[in-house]
Amino acid sequence: MSVAEDRRRIALRLHVLQWGAVGVFTALAMGFWFLQVVQHARYEEMAENNHQRTLALRAPRGVLFDRNGTVLVENRHSFTISIVREHSKNLEHTVALLSAVAHLDAQQVQQIVDRHRNEPSYRPIVVVEDATLAQVAAVTARRLDTELPDVVVEEVPARRYPAEAMAAHLFGYVGQANDAQVEAGATQGAIVGQQGLEKAYNDLLMGTDGAKRVVVNSVGREIRTLEEIAPREGRRVQLTIDTDLQKAAEDGFRLAGFNGAALILDPRDGEVLTYASLPSYDPNDFSVGIDRATWNSLNTDKLKPLQNRVLQGRYSPGSIFKIVVATAALEEGLVTPDHRITCNGGANFFGRFFKCHLKGGHGSMDMRHAIEKSCNVYFYTLGNMLGVDKIHKWAEKLGMVGKTGIDLPNEQESIVPSTEWKRKRTGEKWYAGETISVSIGQGQVTVTPASLAVMISTVANGGTRVTPHVLKAIDEGQGWKPVPAPAVADAVAFKPDTLAALREGLWMVVNASGTGGRARLPGYDVAGKTGTAQVISNQGRQAARGTDRDLRDHGFFVFFAPRDNPQIAGVIFAEHGEHGYLGAPIAKHVIDTYFAKKEGRPLPQLPLPAPPAGADEDPDSPPALPAVDVADARGAVSGTTSADGRVPETN
Amino acid sequence: MFERRLHFHLDWAMLIALMALCFIGLANIYSATGGPTGVYVTQIYGIVLGLVALAICLTIDYRTLADKSHFVYGGVILLLVYVLFLGVVRGGSRRWIDFGPLNLQPSEFAKAALALVLAKFFADGRRGGVSRSDLLIAGAITVVPLVLIARQPDLGTAVTLVPVLFATAFVAGMPMRIFGILALVGVLVAPVAWKFALQDYQKERISTFLDPSQDAKGAGYQQIQARITVGSGGVWGKGFQKGTQGQLRFLPVAHNDFIFSVQAEEHGFAGVLIALGLYLFVILRALEAAALAKDRLGSFLVLGVLASFTFQVVYNITMSAGLAPVKGLTLPLMSYGGSSMIATLAGFGLILNVRMRRFTN
Repeated sequence: MSVAEDRRRIALRLHVLQWGAVGVFTALAMGFWFLQVVQHARYEEMAENNHQRTLALRAPRGVLFDRNGTVLVENRHSFTISIVREHSKNLEHTVALLSAVAHLDAQQVQQIVDRHRNEPSYRPIVVVEDATLAQVAAVTARRLDTELPDVVVEEVPARRYPAEAMAAHLFGYVGQANDAQVEAGATQGAIVGQQGLEKAYNDLLMGTDGAKRVVVNSVGREIRTLEEIAPREGRRVQLTIDTDLQKAAEDGFRLAGFNGAALILDPRDGEVLTYASLPSYDPNDFSVGIDRATWNSLNTDKLKPLQNRVLQGRYSPGSIFKIVVATAALEEGLVTPDHRITCNGGANFFGRFFKCHLKGGHGSMDMRHAIEKSCNVYFYTLGNMLGVDKIHKWAEKLGMVGKTGIDLPNEQESIVPSTEWKRKRTGEKWYAGETISVSIGQGQVTVTPASLAVMISTVANGGTRVTPHVLKAIDEGQGWKPVPAPAVADAVAFKPDTLAALREGLWMVVNASGTGGRARLPGYDVAGKTGTAQVISNQGRQAARGTDRDLRDHGFFVFFAPRDNPQIAGVIFAEHGEHGYLGAPIAKHVIDTYFAKKEGRPLPQLPLPAPPAGADEDPDSPPALPAVDVADARGAVSGTTSADGRVPETN
Repeated sequence: MFERRLHFHLDWAMLIALMALCFIGLANIYSATGGPTGVYVTQIYGIVLGLVALAICLTIDYRTLADKSHFVYGGVILLLVYVLFLGVVRGGSRRWIDFGPLNLQPSEFAKAALALVLAKFFADGRRGGVSRSDLLIAGAITVVPLVLIARQPDLGTAVTLVPVLFATAFVAGMPMRIFGILALVGVLVAPVAWKFALQDYQKERISTFLDPSQDAKGAGYQQIQARITVGSGGVWGKGFQKGTQGQLRFLPVAHNDFIFSVQAEEHGFAGVLIALGLYLFVILRALEAAALAKDRLGSFLVLGVLASFTFQVVYNITMSAGLAPVKGLTLPLMSYGGSSMIATLAGFGLILNVRMRRFTN
């Protein structure tokens, strides 16, 4: 082969290589064009996700103050330790190491991680709530060594509630938003109010979370902050609650040794001064999410600490209902306060004998004394004259039917029967005989303690049915702005005679020879009424014998003071207290505290002084109703339900 | 030796292009390592020493060098054997000879040495064709260093020797028929090689390449990150030292294997086109030198040197865009690495040498 031919061939093959090189580089350029120009947006976003983290800065919830400016509920710093799987190189290793340094059970940690397996991997899985400082220190040290790049420690504000679970049911508690709340707009994992005030005023109390965008490197260490939006704390809220009165009431219960509830209002505008339900729970347990064991024990506790007795407990009011019957009879003009009825220890109605609690009878008396003595015969007679519908009407006007409208969630409706109510409920007609037991607060009368507080407030202020409320003022950032009291639910001006007679009778209960002597406070004219409510009927009692159910009666005490210009009114409910008058000392302590505070005296301290003598009888125990056989009871006479008909052993 | 008038024929344009690529590489190393660090300074030394090597390779007539090529080849083989037993181990491979301040990587020099000895071999052969026996001998010459390097183990560098053989043989006139047969054998042998020859980690790299998401935290991670790095650069890039992927270490060995990704991230598609253009210019200019060469030896030598260079450039750039399996193959002229820089510039010294002496006798 010639040199020239050989050269030509080399030149030809070099040409091929030239074009090959141009082709390959063109292809490369096109590849880069595709990545950098066509798909740029996609990769830019991925690069940003790579190196930017948005950390939520949780907003503290609004601080709650009492009416005097005392802090009730505030916030504290809490730390959570979470795993962000997005940054995990080896999740098992992380779980093992984290468990070791934070002294956790690796299996439990794994379970927590497994539970959140299906969530997006960038979302932190909270492993430790409210971590101890030792745990935080241990984890932070490992993070700096980049051993745990996928573990984050976040500082979150947590609620701090008052000591000794004070007013726990009023405040309620917070918790992670449930599915329904997320659907309603809460962010996943957000802490929102679940009960009580925290729930009712969640929108006010929940601030706006902030955010911090940071640049992190490939091992997750923060390099710098790009942007920080400060969280906005929830509104500061002032409540109508008075801490001293609240404490007085709870101290009273503690000393008395029974559970129960108290709702104490300013009868002039419905401001709630005291709100107690016992036994209680510690809302602090919920502040960063409650643990399973505590939650289970709260739920299975026989004493039902989670039940908000003020709004959710429904009881038969017993003799307290006589106030309603008296008001109805006077306002309907059926009788005057001077109307006298003679009690011989019982009376016949519709062919049945209804007993009074005093075997020998009270003799002849007017209405004031009938209230004082809590004479059943007197009120049987009035009830019979009124009929159930008029009783129902006045019970409603006084606030004992339906809900009180308090600004707290989950209120139960109070029931005072009427002919219509019975027809709707059972389709049966009302028997006049049933009215007799209704007129002394038995039968199908079941009401919440809250409704009794409203009733006594309405009586105290002369007919204005106020709406109880706990919100007094809100600070939107420009200082306190008072919140106007909610509109009154109903207002009837009682006849002067009516008001005078009720006040006189109720005053005599405490200050003469009635059952409320233990609430007597010289100089302050406390007025009140006791009531005892059966927990179970006589028949039920037979059935329940031998079980561990607590069958002792409940006691009520409603009160207001001072008699002629009431400033404080309310109800003390003594669960299984057996006697209504046992609540009276608690009321007295609260009233005493109220006036001591007002007058600048030193606040009274428990233990309470010994109660005045002569109040040990319990005249308003449920009376013995005629013994009827079961079939009869269902039919005509008294619509016997579980709540009527036995002679208490104590009588 | 060096004649004064020769510098008129020196290809200054190519030399400038080479220097431009070195500078771009240096700037990206500076950016990726966060300033004038030891790595950056070492690279400067590498470039300076590389220019010295280039000058030496330029000064001595390539024909003289080719005549001594068996010594060069033999020397490199000895070094490779030495490395295999007494070399410095780093990252699981025995690749370096420790010279105190300088670590030499003989495998880098094997490319130029092989190019030299193969050019000489084919140039001495008969014109107009490559016989099968020629091919076998050339193959044997190639396989010896290849196996030695592969044993280090450094499969990436070993493979770059293969293009040297084929490019030289191709230009020397190897029948296309044989290329066809070799391609066929390659296709048939591939599955067998997959099963027996490849290490597990190598298989993993390849399978991850086909589906990076199957191992998003392990082997696929680098590939995904490389694509993100390049893609997020956009048309104009994020700016010098402003790349997030390289700066925040999402991109592994940014100053080394993935230097081109850094260029793409910080200087965008525009910067990519400039760098690609420079590489293409250098390659085409070298091919031109091969065409202009005074003799077969010159053409073959240029091709041999150019082949491993081009192969490495194309593979590394493809990989740096996440479009090829991740392999420890550096980008000549830009990646960090003293031996590579010196060997590459020395190789271009040979190419310039051929072009410069196209008129001499």
